[in-house]
Amino acid sequence: MDINELLEPFVRMLDAAAPPAVVRAIEHGGSAAALWDEIAQSGFLDALVAEEYGGAGLSLADIEPLIEALGARAVPLPVAETIVARALLASAGVAAPDGPIALVTSLAQPVPCGLVAQAVLFDRGDALVLCEMAQLSPEQTGVTNSLAARISGNPEGQTLPRPGTGLRPIAAVLRAALIAGAAARLCDVTTAYASERVQFGKPIGRQQSLQQMLAVMAEDMIACRIAAQLGASHGLEVPLAAAATAKITTSSAAPRIAATAHAVHGAIGISEEYDLQLLTRRLHEWRMADGSEGYWSRVLGQQRLATTAMSVDWIRQNVFA
Amino acid sequence: MFDTLTLAQLPPEDEALRPAIRAFIDQHIASIPMDRRARSWQGFSAEFSRALGQAGFLGLTLPKEYGGHGKGPFARFVVVEELLSAGAPVAAHWIADRQSAPLLLNFGTEAQRRKHIPAICRGEQLFCIGMSEPGSGSDLASVRTRAELTGGGWVVNGQKIWTTNAMHSDYMIALIRTSGTSADRQGGLSQLIIDLKAPGVTVRPIVDLTGDAHFAEVFFENVELGDDALVGQEGEGWKQVVAELAFERSGPERIYSSAVLLDAWIKHVQAVGRKDCEALVGRLTAELATLRAMSIACTARLVAGESPVVEASIVKDRGTGFEQELPVVIADDLAAHPDEAVSEELYRTLLYVTHIAPSFSLRGGTREILRGIIARGMGLR
Repeated sequence: MDINELLEPFVRMLDAAAPPAVVRAIEHGGSAAALWDEIAQSGFLDALVAEEYGGAGLSLADIEPLIEALGARAVPLPVAETIVARALLASAGVAAPDGPIALVTSLAQPVPCGLVAQAVLFDRGDALVLCEMAQLSPEQTGVTNSLAARISGNPEGQTLPRPGTGLRPIAAVLRAALIAGAAARLCDVTTAYASERVQFGKPIGRQQSLQQMLAVMAEDMIACRIAAQLGASHGLEVPLAAAATAKITTSSAAPRIAATAHAVHGAIGISEEYDLQLLTRRLHEWRMADGSEGYWSRVLGQQRLATTAMSVDWIRQNVFA
Repeated sequence: MFDTLTLAQLPPEDEALRPAIRAFIDQHIASIPMDRRARSWQGFSAEFSRALGQAGFLGLTLPKEYGGHGKGPFARFVVVEELLSAGAPVAAHWIADRQSAPLLLNFGTEAQRRKHIPAICRGEQLFCIGMSEPGSGSDLASVRTRAELTGGGWVVNGQKIWTTNAMHSDYMIALIRTSGTSADRQGGLSQLIIDLKAPGVTVRPIVDLTGDAHFAEVFFENVELGDDALVGQEGEGWKQVVAELAFERSGPERIYSSAVLLDAWIKHVQAVGRKDCEALVGRLTAELATLRAMSIACTARLVAGESPVVEASIVKDRGTGFEQELPVVIADDLAAHPDEAVSEELYRTLLYVTHIAPSFSLRGGTREILRGIIARGMGLR
């Protein structure tokens, strides 16, 4: 299938339903119900559900550009997470709840979009557990405009089989794709700003020092996109090494990309009313979610050191194959 | 931005080349010590290159009618990846196979193709590229070596410098001013094939800081060439060079130059049973994997018939950054354990790569030039 046949209607729907004003309203505590209804009615939530269960039967690789599109628009709902959860639920024969579902891979740290999720798919270690978010007493983190939630308690509910390597590698790949999407948008808006903003009688983008910074930002952006696509190329049985590669590359690039975007924009970039912060705050949140580059580097290093293969062979067999 | 640079896969028919090239490498380089193998694409062995040609691994992307194998850039990626990650000495045929033969195929006359491409595919004609001059490094448009057309032939005067493998090569394809002056910038430059055995050519090797002499200065004093020395159009040399650089900058040599060192270090930490470098091993492994995917994505643009100049610059700049980081972090890791023995071979390999690493972001376009090209691709200049 041509990816644009899928991507274009999705992007059109998001641009109409989730402009920055809507993102802000939800971050300020407004209802996300109308936005959720739009997304649910679009039919994309069952993109990964097998055709025999009434879904579109697409692969994670097919919809990776859609997840990037969600990241690029700072969509304030766990849409990618719900798409994955609904596929896992469908293949286990468990009915999916109607609302947004968060993926929870740890009870210890805040869950992105936890405040707007109605249900949770939790990795208990031996099985996945589906429960109501209310059961985990979601609380605000105290971070301004963040939709992440602190959760507590013991998730109980219907169980379903756990993917081979658990939920965290899948969640990490979703975060990687969201970071890649935000990185692409930040590259576009920062380059455009550098071309328009005039200082010393010429656009600041004519300064070599800025050109060099922006070139590195573009390299990071491309690396994020390709690493996220690599992570998404294995379906929902994500090999640890592929998830690690995706998350290490995107999480290490995220703070650099945010820093360059802000450095180029100057003071206006850190103002609340300017849209830049909607994306840069999320970059930091997604970097920390489901394991930072430090976590995944240890996981990957441990696996790598356990074998005597040459590096290039090992990578081909464990990340690419 | 750069939307077409996305994940691509090596086709199974090209992957199928891997066992054969691997067997060939095992047979030929087992006896080469690690610190020699760390020379990677700077390791010179005319004998190895001829054997590679005989075994059918040169000219993979070139048409069969010229002695090539009629395969695509993905096939070349597989073979080159195997050669570089093993540290095979590929320098002798490297430039001819990667750049000179495709250049002649694209822009050369039928006679030039017949004369050179089959011999390149056999590993028997070695080429170098004459770009830099004493006054022209990154600012290549300022080259001053001149060629005058005098009754049926060219007469060349001037000097090239930092020319990789000039002292081993049979021919140089040189960027030379054939009309106008330096004030005309890119206009008036042409590419000429120079027989390095021609009277008036003097080649002097230059020793580098590692003790190797892999580059040279080349002097031209009234060197007479036939009128068939011109490649492509007179005055179009710059455009031809730019197209050629996409081949030079996108390949896996921009990510695997330090691969032998990485593997040697991993063997070391495994042997001493140390776990404190797990995170570092993981981080480097992830970066190598991402770079490999980026390089394959760039190769896919070549396969699509494009000349991915900006995309290749992205891969090269990031790739050389990784290659240069490796010896820095490995040196710190080893020396952070002052009471742990390090083999002579690993030590020499590390210091060789440490010392030669600055060249990674000089050859084929400096870091600053590449970032300027990327910025232009972003619409900033």
